Amino acid sequence: MSLRPKPRIATVSLGGCFGCHMSLLDMDEQLFELLDQVELDRSPLTDIKTLAPCDIGLIEGGLCNAENVHLLQEFRVRCRILVAVGACAINGGLPAQRNTRRLGDCLREVYQFRPGLVHGQIPNDPELPLLLDQVRPLHEVVQVDYSLPGCPPSGEALRKFISDLLAGHPPRLTDGLLHYD
Amino acid sequence: MSLELETAAQRDTLRRVAIDPVSRVEGHGKVTLLLDEAGHVREARLHIVEFRGFEAFIEGRPYWEVPVMVQRLCGICPVSHHLAAAKALDGIAGGAPVPPVADKLRRLMHYGQIMQSHALHFYHLASPDLLFGFEAPPATRNIAGLAAAYPHVARQGVMLRRFGQEIIQATSGKRIHGTGAIPGGMNRHLSPQDQASLRAQADQAVSWSQEAVALAAHLSCSQPLLYREFGQVRSPLLSLVRADGALDFYDGTLRLRDADGRILHEGLDPARYQDYLVEEVKPWSYMKFPYFAALGPQRGWYKVGPLARVQNCDFIPSPLAEHARQAFIAQGDGSIQHGALAYHWARMIEMLHAAEVVRDLLDDPALQEGAILHQGGPHQREGISAIEAPRGTLLHHYRVGEDDLVSHCNLIVSTTHNNQAMNEAIRQVALRYLDGRSLTEGLLNHIEVAIRAFDPCLSCATHALGQMPLVVELQDASGALLERKLRT
Ligand code: SF4
Repeated sequence: MSLRPKPRIATVSLGGCFGCHMSLLDMDEQLFELLDQVELDRSPLTDIKTLAPCDIGLIEGGLCNAENVHLLQEFRVRCRILVAVGACAINGGLPAQRNTRRLGDCLREVYQFRPGLVHGQIPNDPELPLLLDQVRPLHEVVQVDYSLPGCPPSGEALRKFISDLLAGHPPRLTDGLLHYD
Repeated sequence: MSLELETAAQRDTLRRVAIDPVSRVEGHGKVTLLLDEAGHVREARLHIVEFRGFEAFIEGRPYWEVPVMVQRLCGICPVSHHLAAAKALDGIAGGAPVPPVADKLRRLMHYGQIMQSHALHFYHLASPDLLFGFEAPPATRNIAGLAAAYPHVARQGVMLRRFGQEIIQATSGKRIHGTGAIPGGMNRHLSPQDQASLRAQADQAVSWSQEAVALAAHLSCSQPLLYREFGQVRSPLLSLVRADGALDFYDGTLRLRDADGRILHEGLDPARYQDYLVEEVKPWSYMKFPYFAALGPQRGWYKVGPLARVQNCDFIPSPLAEHARQAFIAQGDGSIQHGALAYHWARMIEMLHAAEVVRDLLDDPALQEGAILHQGGPHQREGISAIEAPRGTLLHHYRVGEDDLVSHCNLIVSTTHNNQAMNEAIRQVALRYLDGRSLTEGLLNHIEVAIRAFDPCLSCATHALGQMPLVVELQDASGALLERKLRT
């Protein structure tokens, strides 16, 4: 057995739906092989809440609030290779549909003027992170090393992508694994 | 009981402890505790910190896009949103009722989804707490630790989830965010090859699900006090039931039982939800707090999801799951179980039921042919539907203009219904386990164990937009200012 530590992978969902994380699990039994080869660091799948230096950071979701921005910057500093996983991370995805609307109008409509509301008000507690006016993709804020398209990319695409990175060469996806829906 | 822990007096004199992020759940949430000098808990809140904006930007879109768009609310239960939207829009498209084959295909997809989501929750997310203990080292308290210590259990979980995902793929084209249901019916049959290969796996899935029920029952019976009292919050129970009182995940009317099991409301039409449900907004969470208006905010909140459904229905319409339900009811000595951990056993009973239903549907050759789309009926302008998503009752409500664009959208998602119950559960656990003690990682995990039991979906609960009086600056990779926002 080699004494080299296993490569560390961290994952995070920013403004995403968790579908890209579910696709990671869609590698089914091959998940066990991956977990043999790597150490999972901070991730929604573990209870590790602070990020250690990692080899690979997988980011799902775009930037919707200030906390997303801070987390992304932390991932950039700690992860040697940063991957934008899925449509939301790459270009904002479906949540970026809100970019055509004025934030304040939507807030009032949803929290104040809807029928059936009690104590209508816009949530404003300091515990809630500040929203960005526009949903933004990752590459506008940090340098991204790779982008893996799809909404979500399939489990097989993720598996191939990660195993190429672990083997130390740039990922190559054949046509069947590369899709944008 | 612990309602007073919602907001402390003199908050600025208290010490703040945060669990951020809440992990091994779907979505984005955090817990804050405020403690006094002696370490007594004065306030405990589960905050939903994310917003999505779906209800707002769905408005103005063509209605036929909606079933595909809304599933992006949640990558764990996309099918629930997909189908709830399609059901609400059937009448708007002049396609209600949908042909019987389409109804069966939608049910197959939905029950496949119940299987994959319940398997995911129990095995991948929650079971490490239950098998290793709440204070086990965090490095092993996860799916990798499960795979190392209980490879057989972990493999069954992965295979059960896989089976559910394959059903979804066969009926919608993709495992996550496919396109199967359309307003008025479905866009595809089940192919003979898919039907044969899924049917060949179905008996195994049923027997693995039986083992899952046995495991959950064993865990519960080996620590009966813990499973009865941990995170126990007494409240009414809400779920859809079929006309004959059976459990049904796809359709039905709403039933509300009180905490002692008496039926308070029966046969409530989901389309009239605005007559009896209201939602309270609290400043510290993006997730609203719904309750039955007639019962008021103190008594009118309720639980949804597996624990509610299994105890709310009169019976489960499949033999193995009904047998398992009887054992579950017997464990409670005939009284309603309200402990948060009882959710797990109930959830596995539901997974077994879903496996039985899927198996039986896969025996039906009608899935391969016949009409799957109804068109030409009267077009309505408003549609409201309810479905039992894995996490509980899900309501979708749309109005569509003459131009076929959505003019109004309101969603009450499963986790929102459980908002008050989850907050009460963490307050109960905080008082019982954390109060006056020095807080360790393991003690704090008790709070998360209670939240996890509800299997919350904190992404789909956060579909509204929020705003804070703060300044944020967004810089690009080279440090140049992209955007500066000042809010008041
Ligand atoms: S890319 Fe698609 S699957 Fe991934 S987080 Fe965004 S909406 Fe979800």
